[in-house]
Amino acid sequence: MNGISLYFKLIRISVASQMQYRASFVIMSMGMALVTVIEFGGIWVLFDRFGSLQQWTLAEVGLFYGIIHCSFALSEALGRGFDIFHRYVQRGDFDRLLLRPRSTVLQVLGQELQLMRFGRLAQAMAILIWASWTVGVQWTVLKFAVLLFAIAGGVLLFIGIMIVQATVSFWTIQGLEFMNSFTHGGTYMAQHPLSIFDGWLRNFFLFVIPLGCVNYFPVLFITGKQDIFGTTPLFQALAPLAGAVFLLVSLYVWRFGLSRYQSTGS
Amino acid sequence: MAQIQVRDLVKTFKVARRKAGLFSALRGVFHRDYYTVRALDGISFDIGPGELVGYIGPNGAGKSTTIKVMSGILVPDSGSCRVMGLTPWQSRAQHVANLGVVFGQRTQLWWDVPVIDSFELLRDIYNVPHADYRRTLDDLNDCLSLGPLLEVPVRQLSLGQRIRCELAASLLHQPPVLFLDEPTIGLDAVSKLAVRQFIRHQNTFSGTTVILTTHDMDDIQALCSRVMLIANGSILFDGNVDKLKQSYVTEKRLKVEFLHPPHMTPLSDKVTIIENQGNRLELGFATGQLSVPQLVNQLAAMGEIKDIIVEEPPIEEVIAQVYEELGL
Amino acid sequence: MKAYLSIVRMRFIALLQYRTAAVAGVFTQFFFGFVMVMVIRQFFFSGDAQGAMSLAQAVTYIWLGQAMLGMMPWNGDNEVIAMIRDGNVAYELCRPLNIYTHWYCRLLALRTAPTLLRSLPIFLIAGLLPAGYNLQPPPSPAAFAAWLAAVAGALLLGCALSNIISISTLWTVAGEGMLRMLPALVIFFSGSLVPLPLFPQWAQAIVNFLPFAGLVDIPNQFFVGTLAPAVLPLMLLRQLAWTAVFVLIGAGLLRLATKRVVIQGG
Repeated sequence: MNGISLYFKLIRISVASQMQYRASFVIMSMGMALVTVIEFGGIWVLFDRFGSLQQWTLAEVGLFYGIIHCSFALSEALGRGFDIFHRYVQRGDFDRLLLRPRSTVLQVLGQELQLMRFGRLAQAMAILIWASWTVGVQWTVLKFAVLLFAIAGGVLLFIGIMIVQATVSFWTIQGLEFMNSFTHGGTYMAQHPLSIFDGWLRNFFLFVIPLGCVNYFPVLFITGKQDIFGTTPLFQALAPLAGAVFLLVSLYVWRFGLSRYQSTGS
Repeated sequence: MAQIQVRDLVKTFKVARRKAGLFSALRGVFHRDYYTVRALDGISFDIGPGELVGYIGPNGAGKSTTIKVMSGILVPDSGSCRVMGLTPWQSRAQHVANLGVVFGQRTQLWWDVPVIDSFELLRDIYNVPHADYRRTLDDLNDCLSLGPLLEVPVRQLSLGQRIRCELAASLLHQPPVLFLDEPTIGLDAVSKLAVRQFIRHQNTFSGTTVILTTHDMDDIQALCSRVMLIANGSILFDGNVDKLKQSYVTEKRLKVEFLHPPHMTPLSDKVTIIENQGNRLELGFATGQLSVPQLVNQLAAMGEIKDIIVEEPPIEEVIAQVYEELGL
Repeated sequence: MKAYLSIVRMRFIALLQYRTAAVAGVFTQFFFGFVMVMVIRQFFFSGDAQGAMSLAQAVTYIWLGQAMLGMMPWNGDNEVIAMIRDGNVAYELCRPLNIYTHWYCRLLALRTAPTLLRSLPIFLIAGLLPAGYNLQPPPSPAAFAAWLAAVAGALLLGCALSNIISISTLWTVAGEGMLRMLPALVIFFSGSLVPLPLFPQWAQAIVNFLPFAGLVDIPNQFFVGTLAPAVLPLMLLRQLAWTAVFVLIGAGLLRLATKRVVIQGG
């Protein structure tokens, strides 16, 4: 059986497992959704007080917010296995995966598809729809494709971050909290336009962890707004590719960590 | 050629030293001492196809490190290991397809779904052809009487039931080599017997090579023709169970019953009297120093003998004695 | 009291051993703090705060929130929750000691130790940042004293709230819900997402009345000077009143749960 269909078989088991705890699943999804709404509430509070954020309106920021949270919710659903990978290492469950004649990445991804994150996805999509309606985006097929491309790029990027985080747990489990800076911290950053940040932070999120590429540039393309960096629409549309590049790099990091895990047996 | 060939395996771990108390904890923030533990200190052995080997040793002796190296989870510092011609940590995917592994304390089954779903997933993971899978499952089903268990989610199984399912799960791809890490731990007497019976059956009829780590000496006694004893990272003994006893059993017991209370005469100083009550006498004597016939001759002089039993200490005690001698 | 001190000591030792975790935690809180400060700065540059607070005050408020993050009651006591989930709590419930107090003391220790450890470096570094980004000292010694007192109040209040979270997990589904929902409410209404003084005028009465303000906002406002030290008694009264309410609810729930366990025979 090839990798793709094995992945879906693994996921089917994960879904069946979650369905055994239906009541808590519903509650948790609602909880997740509430978190997303409330965070947007924080941005609304500031707009209510100050009127604008540089040249941006609340609805425009809603586009950033919606896209990045769609990506984040999807990546948390898909990449759950890597997100909680340190637990597998701690409990020794990862050894079991090494005992199976299959790619470790495939197996870890197949550990869990966390359904309750879809509650968050729904909220993020709702905000995205509201924002694009309020901004008055003139949707074309191309723009819609760029939107999907941006969300996909974000998913790949976040999964890449989670893979790096999982790799770190081969060395240290305690130190993992700092990865939150890039997942949750990165999401918080990317729900605002990149242009408002100071140079060093901006560069960090363009060149080290390219969250700006999967979110800021595509929104410029969709809204046709003037870019302070003076990028071209072609660049803006293709920028989310950075997410895929990041994922590739993270897979190399993973491979390195794996060999190190096998030689130290932490 | 041996199916499993292990040569001079060495594996060390670095461990942080920590002392108790708030002060040393504070100091530990800035400075830490490390020391290295040699989990495997140059071990070598060969295991042939179809052998059933017991691997014993006290906790922390290096048993699971050896198993982890042989299954490709750990890479040793030095030394070589070949299982069916493959080096485990170099060709992981190819190697583990030859392997079945059961950890008694951990599950390889998916917790919340019926056992059969786990089995089918394992079939796909190991790319077992459907016809082979059907046949293997039927066989395993017969031997382990899994029948009704297959429809039950794993979390609702008793430990004994679960271990039976684990055994089946590890054999669905018909691996030539099977590692069992404490498969009988925590089981009740009936389940233990069933598990042992199955292991013997699998070994005899499918020719599966089995390496069994356990703390239960009854497992060893019941199953293993060969036993390896590891302590402090070295193999101290490798041979059959009887030889183990010969090497380490230094004392036998002799219980004798006379028809009448015996006329006690002084016995050789190699003999200790453990109990002397009416017609019965229980003696301990060092093997190798005194033979049973010699002792019986002496006893016959003391009165008419009704019955004689010569006992070896149970293997539990032998092992305990070995550990004690090693200062473990 | 003695038990409390020994738990604090134990927690402290445990935390010190995890020095990587402490460093990672400080790093993460710093990163978040920076992003939040940059966002609030741009809002202040884009519009008028209408006298709610100055930029310097808002920045200090944000750093305080990061420094004191360890005190936030966004989860229960993980060990107690684990005990509840694996059923071992039945023994605990049948023991002849006051479990509510015991758990409450554990929480006090749980919240104090990491806060002490992590807040100091954040205070120090945030205080040394360039002007406009830095944490500024309180306007008067009285303000500092009021802040300390209000932090104590916040600790008592937060632990009462956390204890409810722990206890509510005795009811599986409701507990999961609490575990998911409460953090969102705490983050938003305590002021750790957006300083409460920046909330709309009409919402001020509501957010100030809610118990969550006592967790972050009240101490922070004493520190930055938007609340005068003279109102300390009133604010403490507010914190303690809510603490009393939560203690009563928590103890009541626990009694209910104990009864249930006893009836079921443990």
